[in-house]
Amino acid sequence: MSLRFATLGFSAAFARLAFAQTGGAAGNMFDPVSTPAQSVMDLSVLVLAICGVIFLIVAGLLTYVIIRFRRRDSKDDREPAQVYGSNQIEIAWTVIPLLIVVVLTMATARVIAALQNRPEPADAVQVTVVGHQWWWEFRYPALGITTANELHVPISTATEPKLTFMKLLSADVAHSFWIPKLAGKTDVIPGRTNTMWIEPKQTGTYLGNCAEYCGTQHANMLIRVTVHTQEDFNRWAAQQKAEAAADPQVQAGREVFLSLSCVNCHAISGTSSKGTFGPDLSHLMSRDTLGSGMIPNGIPNLRNWIRDPQAIKPGNLMPNMQLNDKELDQVVNYLASLK
Amino acid sequence: MATAEYPLEQSRATKEWSLPAVLHDWVITVDHKRLGIMYIVASLVFFVVAGLMAAVMRAQLAFPNNTLVPPEVFNRLFTMHGTSMVFLVGMPFLAGLANYLVPLMIGARDMAFPRLNAFGFWIFLFGGLLLYFSYIAGEGLAGHGSAPDVGWFAYSPLTERAFSRGSSTDYWTLSILTAGIGSIASAINVIATVFSMRAKGMTFWRMPLFVWLLFVVSGMILIVLPPLSAAQIMLLLDRYLGAHFFDTQAGGSAVLWQHFFWIFGHPEVYVLILPGFACASEIIPVFSRKPMFGRAAMIGATVSIGFLSLGVWAHHMFAVGMAAASNMFFAASTMMVGVPTGIKIFNWLGTMYGGKIRFDTPMLWCIGFLFQFLIAGLTGVMLAVAPFDWQLTDSYFVVAHFHYVLLGGLLFTYFGAIYYWFPKATGRMLSETLGKWHFWLLVIGFHMTFDTLHFPGLLGMPRRIYTYPAGRGWDTLNLIATIGVVFQAAAILCFTWNVINSLRKRKDAGDDPWDAWTLEWATSSPPPEYNFVTLPEIRSSRPLWDLKHPEDPDWKYE
Repeated sequence: MSLRFATLGFSAAFARLAFAQTGGAAGNMFDPVSTPAQSVMDLSVLVLAICGVIFLIVAGLLTYVIIRFRRRDSKDDREPAQVYGSNQIEIAWTVIPLLIVVVLTMATARVIAALQNRPEPADAVQVTVVGHQWWWEFRYPALGITTANELHVPISTATEPKLTFMKLLSADVAHSFWIPKLAGKTDVIPGRTNTMWIEPKQTGTYLGNCAEYCGTQHANMLIRVTVHTQEDFNRWAAQQKAEAAADPQVQAGREVFLSLSCVNCHAISGTSSKGTFGPDLSHLMSRDTLGSGMIPNGIPNLRNWIRDPQAIKPGNLMPNMQLNDKELDQVVNYLASLK
Repeated sequence: MATAEYPLEQSRATKEWSLPAVLHDWVITVDHKRLGIMYIVASLVFFVVAGLMAAVMRAQLAFPNNTLVPPEVFNRLFTMHGTSMVFLVGMPFLAGLANYLVPLMIGARDMAFPRLNAFGFWIFLFGGLLLYFSYIAGEGLAGHGSAPDVGWFAYSPLTERAFSRGSSTDYWTLSILTAGIGSIASAINVIATVFSMRAKGMTFWRMPLFVWLLFVVSGMILIVLPPLSAAQIMLLLDRYLGAHFFDTQAGGSAVLWQHFFWIFGHPEVYVLILPGFACASEIIPVFSRKPMFGRAAMIGATVSIGFLSLGVWAHHMFAVGMAAASNMFFAASTMMVGVPTGIKIFNWLGTMYGGKIRFDTPMLWCIGFLFQFLIAGLTGVMLAVAPFDWQLTDSYFVVAHFHYVLLGGLLFTYFGAIYYWFPKATGRMLSETLGKWHFWLLVIGFHMTFDTLHFPGLLGMPRRIYTYPAGRGWDTLNLIATIGVVFQAAAILCFTWNVINSLRKRKDAGDDPWDAWTLEWATSSPPPEYNFVTLPEIRSSRPLWDLKHPEDPDWKYE
């Protein structure tokens, strides 16, 4: 019997989850804030309802049969009536599931078409997402911005609809871009250009992950999406577009940075540092996190990261640069000036 | 003939017992029953190893930011766990069952090709050992002495030399190629046996459902394993001879690998689960004391699952950015497979309806299977709905779904099969008491772990992550799932103890302990090397029913 309770509990919990207030769950697909995630959830609720009804009927029948037709007397060795089948019944339980499949297929096809064939409006925000082994690069070609790991987009309101269209590329292996509250996932595959779109209707920060195994640090290829009001987004964009700060007080750190092989992988606008293997650092301190969402951004964490990135994110592709304490302080001071 | 008068078991007993002699006997054997037992024992050994790996992974994931194992070790664990469970547990177990039971059920003395049979077993075992040898000799993403760490479906281009520099990926490729040769050998053998070795009167239509299902499975193996082997060879060409099939840096296609892999990989799921259905289709009628309801519909449903399953592979790829029309096609075809699968569940239900159900352990496992497979099927329908799948794929929901299929479905029927046929293979009954402990502990552990794991998936937890940050609603669920492992481990200990205990006692099973109806129960337990001295007359699909009930035989109705 506990089997049945367990399975009933399972479907009840499903239903609870579907309508729950989410609290801390920043990635609950049943609490969507964007059109694609909303359409997926609406379809999912229909599917869950149909499956729930099927479950109740079949599990109920099973339970009934098990109880009703158990052998009551262990010494009773007479055989029951031998029944070999029934064509009418077979036809019934073939046709009914077929009808359910037809309904589900039509509902599914509608949502697929609506989400995949949505034309791109002329005023959409365009973002190119590039998956790298264990971090994300975000480029806004129309705005001339390159940033990493934290995507910033404007809100879409009833009066001012604003969609964000993303082009997904990979620099190395296959990844998958997934922020459950905004949209389902789309794979990020080298040699292939995929697209997806979101239409966030609520400001806030939403969390996501890389969802395709991509090597050692797949687990820490986190995504943060911040949805701003249009004004805040414009302010953010203007700030990102500006050339990186060149504070004379941290000139020493800047020289150390530019003299080392940091420049092979990282870009800082307005300097000779133009590498593209690692995240763009032009406005490093405007970001909330380091290591692709692993640790909060701040001077102590930044220092620890540069001193030994492998201790924090083992296997990641940034080597330990073997800086001495003085160089480390200088470089950290310089990077901390890149607001 | 003199030999036919004495079951071989007796002549063996008169020989003096010595370890080298026994080993020699087993190593050189071409007897389908011994090979079947060796397949199953090897499969169970790999099952325990791969299960322990799962336990370590669950321990690592019990808490957020846990550091029990480093990332590279975790990645090897899930790669080896998945690869082992599919290729070294599921496949050999089905080969073992087919080997042991198909000849007995159709009244044959052996498989059609006994030596090919032995070759198949040893090449499978070699493949399995080769995979594990990588722990000593391999070199992977993170250095020496490392097992494969590219995931069991090894998506390119992570497997290319640029990203997987060492030899561990080669161990993965070569061992699967090798073990695959064994699977193909055994599939050819089953098909040939079914075609050419049936006893007089055993027409196709009268074959037990078990034989029918394994026959269909063998046909599927012949169709779906070659694309996998081809892909493995292409990958080797990429890695060592400068080909660029999947090398995206030189214009190769990463998606091509996915198509090759899943055109094997999805039918493979049915290859794995159909033998489970086969066991349930033997056990449920016997313990309900009724013939299988809608035998013809069961056979038809099996054949249509076989065909339909060849056209659903890209439902693993809804997120790769296929055209809307392709997504719709694969969503529809996937849901279609649900129809014959549903028919099967209804037919088992119809078999139990009106019966006198006995709750011996084999039947308990089948009842657990029915409930759990029902849920697995329904979550499968959810995953077939492509937009829903965009959220669910590669999340813990999928992990929970396929463990429901393979553990809640397949493993439960396999335990049922072991309790059911163990007396035939060894002459000894397994303890019902320990069997019930085994069953209930596994039910509790299974539901604690895998019911729970659906939810982190809905809350955005991707699979194959070695750790996760706190505060995303995943912590408690993961801890509960890990605690479930303790119960599962206790269940497996009960089972091990049950087997050891039974093997030490005297032979008490008799020829036909369950009062069953198929031919394997018409010979001694364990059967002699040549299986049957004489066979009963075969006029229906239940020859022993006809024998026991001459007043109401099946052949009047079939």
